[in-house]
Amino acid sequence: MAEIIQILLSDSFWAASLRIATPLIFGVLGALICEKSGVLNLGIEGIFVAGAMSGWMAVWLGAGLWGGVIVAGLAGAFFGLIHAILTVPLGLSQHVSGLGVTLFATSVSYFFYRTALPDVSSPPRIEPFRPLEIPILSDLPFVGPVFFQQTALTWLALFMVGLVWYIMNRTGLGVAIKAVGDNPNSVDAQGLSVYGLRIGAIVVGSALMALGGAFLTMSAFDAFFFGMVNGRGWICIALVIFASWKPGKALFGALLFGAFDALQVRMQTEVGAKVPTQVFLAAPYVLSIVALVIAARRAEYPRALLTPWFKGQR
Amino acid sequence: MIRIEPRNTNSAIFSYGVPILSALVALILASIPLWFAGAPVLVSYVEMAKGVFGSKFAFSEMLTRATPLMFTGLAAALAFRAKLWNIGAEGQLYLGAMAAVAVGTGVLEAPAFILVPIIILFGCAAGSVGMVVPAFLKTRYGADEVVTTLLLNFIILIFLQYMLEGPLKDPMGLGWPQSSPILDQGMLPPLMERMRVHSGLLIAVACALIAQFMLVRSVWGFKLRAVGENVFAARHAGIKVNRTILGAAIASGALAGMAGVSEVAGLKGYLTSDLSPGFGYAGIIVAMLAGLSPIGVVISALFIASVFVGADSMSRAMGVSSYLADLVVSTSLLCVLIGGFFARFKLVKTSVKGQN
Repeated sequence: MAEIIQILLSDSFWAASLRIATPLIFGVLGALICEKSGVLNLGIEGIFVAGAMSGWMAVWLGAGLWGGVIVAGLAGAFFGLIHAILTVPLGLSQHVSGLGVTLFATSVSYFFYRTALPDVSSPPRIEPFRPLEIPILSDLPFVGPVFFQQTALTWLALFMVGLVWYIMNRTGLGVAIKAVGDNPNSVDAQGLSVYGLRIGAIVVGSALMALGGAFLTMSAFDAFFFGMVNGRGWICIALVIFASWKPGKALFGALLFGAFDALQVRMQTEVGAKVPTQVFLAAPYVLSIVALVIAARRAEYPRALLTPWFKGQR
Repeated sequence: MIRIEPRNTNSAIFSYGVPILSALVALILASIPLWFAGAPVLVSYVEMAKGVFGSKFAFSEMLTRATPLMFTGLAAALAFRAKLWNIGAEGQLYLGAMAAVAVGTGVLEAPAFILVPIIILFGCAAGSVGMVVPAFLKTRYGADEVVTTLLLNFIILIFLQYMLEGPLKDPMGLGWPQSSPILDQGMLPPLMERMRVHSGLLIAVACALIAQFMLVRSVWGFKLRAVGENVFAARHAGIKVNRTILGAAIASGALAGMAGVSEVAGLKGYLTSDLSPGFGYAGIIVAMLAGLSPIGVVISALFIASVFVGADSMSRAMGVSSYLADLVVSTSLLCVLIGGFFARFKLVKTSVKGQN
């Protein structure tokens, strides 16, 4: 017990929590936007891979770090558009289409990575985002290391939480997106385009998801590995339900998850000898399922989630 | 303006034509990545075909690869018919394989006609458990089975790692994380001399026939389809929805578990953590290409296996990444989805409001 308290009091633990939470914040926000508009996007896992690969590849080819972020976002938007076309105007099964996009985006990314770099045994590295050093603030005890030694992408993620919250709760656009996920007929009656709102939400949400992937190759690590996304996308889908589709709660869920993950890594070194490592490795996935089971019944699903809408049919 | 209208007739041309056309389109689209990789496109296709039909051995390899895909394809098809989204066939496959290894490597000394059925039984039961848990979480707590089965895949793979480093580890394995070999009398007999294709293939085809019969002709299958098509109507008609979902989960998990049994006791002989190169996920594509028909699964598994085996041998000959196979297979899923739309709906041009 004393060890746990000691871990919880250390600044490196909280810094790690925020770092681990960053890709999840992007992913959960992206999934939240898609689902608020009424469309489940299981393409998320593949979009993470696409964002991680394309962003990294762009930097490796000399586009610069922010160039890489933009490329990753565009790649996410592209795969999101495929999902949007399949599920919105064509009204196909959101489950199957999403899985199809995941498999497609993953195989496209792997194929292009392998084709561009056929015979590399150890993946080439890029110069990743450096922690943003802010004079004075970075030197503050505790708060300094936790908040002011994160990379720019973590700051972008935190900014996005605020932005998404603002758009969803304080703008007409947010009202329209929520309405199209609850009652598309009412939106249609207002003369707004159900298709346009949904497609737009999926494309933007998917671009955000891809930034989560880009964080992995451009901030957390400095190279692209096969299988590096490792279920993070699916965890985001569970976290959205846990967060009841609210940006603030989504941030909380991602941080909680990050804290738990950081804790298990540290526990591993403390009690590693007595407990098999696999218990710790499986913990994040078990935690996601538990969170889902707890939240599922209380969750306020967008009422038109999974229901396709066709113009002129009621 | 263009309007979407449902087609009145559901003709056979569409139900057979769409999957075939989708598969062809996906194969043709593969020329784009081939061109990108700088390979001569036509020669690559010839190499791909040679990799499947070039020799008796090549063809038998394709059948070997199709066997687990038939099982996972059936697992997906049955569950999806009940709108139970079992995306966890990959994990259930490994549960089946672990159970097969647990009983088949010497714990039980018995002649083949006893040992083989026991291995199959345990493997199927383990796979079932892997699907019953998410089905229970769905019916009892409303937890979305898509997410739980996907996450369970990761948990089971980590559990497999633990088992292969601990309880199931081969003491003679020179430190490699692999299981002891299955006893000779526990192995599914091979079908051809000096080929790897084994009797798991026959079991898979038999399962498809039984699944087809059960789905179309039995009360069980009727309930399953009713729940899948309209859960409210099914409940109103007095069908016990939760029990039906649980039944579909048991059948689906057992089939996925059988894929693991077939791979470990039919092909490899021992278990490693790379037993399946994503057979569970590919099974979803197999099922969708088959239009969720069990008999169709047999045919689409042969197609997907041909793509994998053909692309493998092409990539060796031409130096193109073998991820091309995954690309073709996932493209064919997207194509069949789009094709399915045009089979069910037609686009009608409406000129002016009020006319027609």
